[in-house]
Amino acid sequence: MIDVSTLTLKEIVSSLEKEKFSSEELVLAYQKRIKDVDEDLNSVLEISPTAQDDAKKIDKARAEGKSLGKLAGVPVLLKDNMMVKGWGNTSGSQILEGHKSIYNATVVERLKKAGAILLGRTNMDEFAMGSSTETSHFGPTKNPWDKKRVPGGSSGGSAVAVAAGLAPIALGSDTGGSIRQPASLCGVVGLKPTYGRVSRYGLMAMASSLDQIGPFARTVEDVAFLMSTIEGKDSKDATSVELKDTSVPELMNPSVDGMKIGIPKEYFLKGMDKDVEKLVMNAVAELEKGGAKVEEISMPHTEYALATYYIIMPCEASSNLGRYDGLRYGYHSTGNNLAETYSLSRGEGFGPEVKRRIMLGSYALSAGYYDAYYRKALKVRSLIKQDFDEAFKHVDAIVTPTSPSIAWKLGEKFGDPLTMYLSDIYTITANLATVPAISLPCGFSKDMPVGLQLMGRPFDEYTLFRIGMYYQNLTEWHKRIPV
Amino acid sequence: MPLSNNDVKYIAKLARLHINDDEVEQFSEQISSILDYVAKLQEVNTDNVPELQHALDVSNVFRVDVEEQSDENTRKSAIKNFSNSNGDLLEVQSVFGRNENL
Repeated sequence: MIDVSTLTLKEIVSSLEKEKFSSEELVLAYQKRIKDVDEDLNSVLEISPTAQDDAKKIDKARAEGKSLGKLAGVPVLLKDNMMVKGWGNTSGSQILEGHKSIYNATVVERLKKAGAILLGRTNMDEFAMGSSTETSHFGPTKNPWDKKRVPGGSSGGSAVAVAAGLAPIALGSDTGGSIRQPASLCGVVGLKPTYGRVSRYGLMAMASSLDQIGPFARTVEDVAFLMSTIEGKDSKDATSVELKDTSVPELMNPSVDGMKIGIPKEYFLKGMDKDVEKLVMNAVAELEKGGAKVEEISMPHTEYALATYYIIMPCEASSNLGRYDGLRYGYHSTGNNLAETYSLSRGEGFGPEVKRRIMLGSYALSAGYYDAYYRKALKVRSLIKQDFDEAFKHVDAIVTPTSPSIAWKLGEKFGDPLTMYLSDIYTITANLATVPAISLPCGFSKDMPVGLQLMGRPFDEYTLFRIGMYYQNLTEWHKRIPV
Repeated sequence: MPLSNNDVKYIAKLARLHINDDEVEQFSEQISSILDYVAKLQEVNTDNVPELQHALDVSNVFRVDVEEQSDENTRKSAIKNFSNSNGDLLEVQSVFGRNENL
């Protein structure tokens, strides 16, 4: 059987083309690895029962010399909030237990068109609300580098699966850091694309003005390749955007010579983890050696980002989650009248973090508080975006840590929501400002991975890929795998 | 600003969310501490600052208004997802009633 534990997307595509192994062999090898390894990790909720047959079809088409898509025969895992027709997608929530998706998300359609094999669905914080994958109704996911620690979240299942070699690539969603933060804590690459780059159709919504789907992989090159198959305008999502040329040939020869890189002083405050700071600055020094010009910049509204986020996100979420009424899908609890049925179904079906955010959002949007909270937050969001607009007049990319610390112990922050929220402090600004941001491994502290975050101009993922590939060509961090 | 237990019960009612007495206590404490934290936004001068209403600068995205039928299986699956049905009809409790407590 093939050893899939360290394979990259690029290696797989090349090996399938050269017929070193078949897609079916590959799928069987990943399925076996999931069975062997994932019992302890709990990153995969369900393996698709049709994956092997889907792979056989691709193998047959290849043998017949038919033209194949860019991801033909490549297995991919999906976060459980993306709809796949016929799958029991739950978003990690009890309230969707028993639900069967009746259509495909646009990203799913595009993956299928590219020939990808949908391998299964991954664990996540309930409705993507959490930073540790501990709020899932189906139990916490563990960090493969130390199973006593969290993987980050909310896309913890997808991050762990890629880190542990259970799939070469996976998709997650990022509303305030839910791709980048677990990528950082698990030692893989994760991208939150610019808002509007990837269709949100078929993604179970949390906060519609912040949510984006994006890829996980071991290398920046693989992330860029995967993006090219899922991005672009979709008539089913009015906020998706027609992109100019999205081909990435120049990426093959990345360089940072002459590039301007900004280090925002507000992200490097006293009290931050010294190891994290050192590793990030080491990475910056590497870029400088390559000819990048590094300068300190100021983004004065950074300290208000978390407060802004924790108003806007729950407001949008409380509205989006109104659809879970106990009638249309999943969990149902009958009361004496309709209002009571709604209330009981939702009260019993949702977990504590989801309830907390629905309550917070309902409060901030209620009569008398709307101006003080919601409208105020929308104004501060403008100021945060202006900080980015101003910075990008002077620099091509902004470098920060992805997470203020390495992965913490399971349960450590679980009872204290505000402390948990603070772990997103470096990632939420990109969502508020709608800019693209990528996390890639830049070293280890106490044998746990640390992530470097690069943020760029809206729709300029290309620059992030160039810097990321340059850095990964020089370093070996992304080649380390958990034992 | 601390949130009283009655405030919490009122919000839960607005949100159609049944919560028990323990949760009322817990949420009033936790949500109060989050509200204390987000109150720092009041420090920011936002005079003449526009609200960021749209994450993306596009408006009026049009498409041709043609009906797209879903296939029979999709329709049936949607009905199957529903909590109660009677043939092709979706069954719910009455919306208006004498003893409604809305």
